[in-house]
Amino acid sequence: MVAGASAAGLSAAETLRRKGYDGRLVVIGDEPHPPYERPPLSKQVLTGEWDEQRTAMRDPAALDGSALDLRLGVRARGLDLGGRRVILDDGEHLAFDGLIIATGVRARTLAGAQALSGVHTLRTLDDLAALRASLWAGGTVAVVGSGPLGMEVASSLTARNAHEVTVITDESVPMERVFGPAVGEMLGRIHRSRGVKLHTGQTVTGLAGTRGRVSGVRLADGTTVPADTVVLAIGSVPNTEWLAGSGLTVDRGVRCDAYSAAAPLVYAAGDVAHWDHRVHGEPVRTEHRINATEQGAVAAHNLLSELGAAPEPRAAYTPVPYFWSDQYALKLQAYGLLHGADRVEVPYADLDDPDRPRLAAFYARQGLVRGVLGTGIPPRVLRELRGLVTLPKPWEDIRGRAAELLAALGSPRHPAVTRDADRGKAR
Amino acid sequence: MKVVADYDKCCAAGQCAILAPDVFDQDEDDGIVLVLDPEPPAHLHDAVLQAVTACPGSALKALR
Repeated sequence: MVAGASAAGLSAAETLRRKGYDGRLVVIGDEPHPPYERPPLSKQVLTGEWDEQRTAMRDPAALDGSALDLRLGVRARGLDLGGRRVILDDGEHLAFDGLIIATGVRARTLAGAQALSGVHTLRTLDDLAALRASLWAGGTVAVVGSGPLGMEVASSLTARNAHEVTVITDESVPMERVFGPAVGEMLGRIHRSRGVKLHTGQTVTGLAGTRGRVSGVRLADGTTVPADTVVLAIGSVPNTEWLAGSGLTVDRGVRCDAYSAAAPLVYAAGDVAHWDHRVHGEPVRTEHRINATEQGAVAAHNLLSELGAAPEPRAAYTPVPYFWSDQYALKLQAYGLLHGADRVEVPYADLDDPDRPRLAAFYARQGLVRGVLGTGIPPRVLRELRGLVTLPKPWEDIRGRAAELLAALGSPRHPAVTRDADRGKAR
Repeated sequence: MKVVADYDKCCAAGQCAILAPDVFDQDEDDGIVLVLDPEPPAHLHDAVLQAVTACPGSALKALR
């Protein structure tokens, strides 16, 4: 049984089939929609380039081909680990031989947001429909939060040219937590040049409204940023409440071992899984689209192996994390671990041409380089840069090779070498 | 098996080129998928199915 019908759940289910499991396969999902891609919601769908149907992960024939007992609009309410049963919100008890937990995360919201119309999060297709309806009348938009999602929303709405967009954030520059202050500063300049207003270093204290409709965002300095629509992009909460009292360890997600196992015959995958990454020697939880798919596949394999239904032994899950974000002409692609960096180096940056911005940055913690960010870097070069961070390495081992690879791009107009300025700031 | 790519949905992550390099590559400039072998031989089918599942843009299909 698979609890969760988005990327990780579907990947797990398809992998179970691909590896020969032909028994009953129940997949439950709390949304009414068949599995769909979330990344385009803040990108091509929000700009209007795509209609929502394009987000479907599989066409109906391909879904049928996997012979799933797919139950949509159904939520898990509890887990009886000893009795190997999942309790659904309609009271049904579903027995399982093996379970993959892929219940994902939900968008964080602000107190009081529910009471006002015009306040939105953007995680689901239903969120998108509501946001679109709110945007229909035009007007000003305030985005709260300047992580990749918030900045994608800002760029997509600016691209539509229909909205004045203000981003409000407690970061000193956009995407500071994810990419560090130096890179965030460069990216912030691009957003400003496109007309996005940035209110950085601000703490949001609440929402202002009149007659049930939002009218602005209140800040700690006493001012209010007026807005007809507010988009909250302030992070997420793992969907683990249903596991309370089950005996599984919940700690910022479902705590798993190196094999993605949370208990015998129970695995977790995707945004909800917090597992021991052996290569990095620390527990990792990511909300990356690719992780959902890769971890779903590994969890499925390991479950079959544990059940004696796969010839190969279980495999530790040791991916090179990857995520991307599209903002204007920027396609940001990041490999490895960027979070927790105490030193960031930017050996290449050329952001003068807004239609062809190019940048490469490396992220290290305690002297070991663990991640790389690239934008506008040719795929072959980027794949080589990825190869430099698949295992944590000292700076001396990668600087020379990185310089060689990046020399192929020609000399940047503004070679930006950022060093100790970043120390200790990126989280 | 026939392999079909939706170039518009491709987000240039390159997973397919890593999992099934005999079937997929990426454009030198923008990283968009290139289907090298639209009708791959049987011994590559499992790798292609892995790539179909792994694609973060749901841009690949394997038709039987």
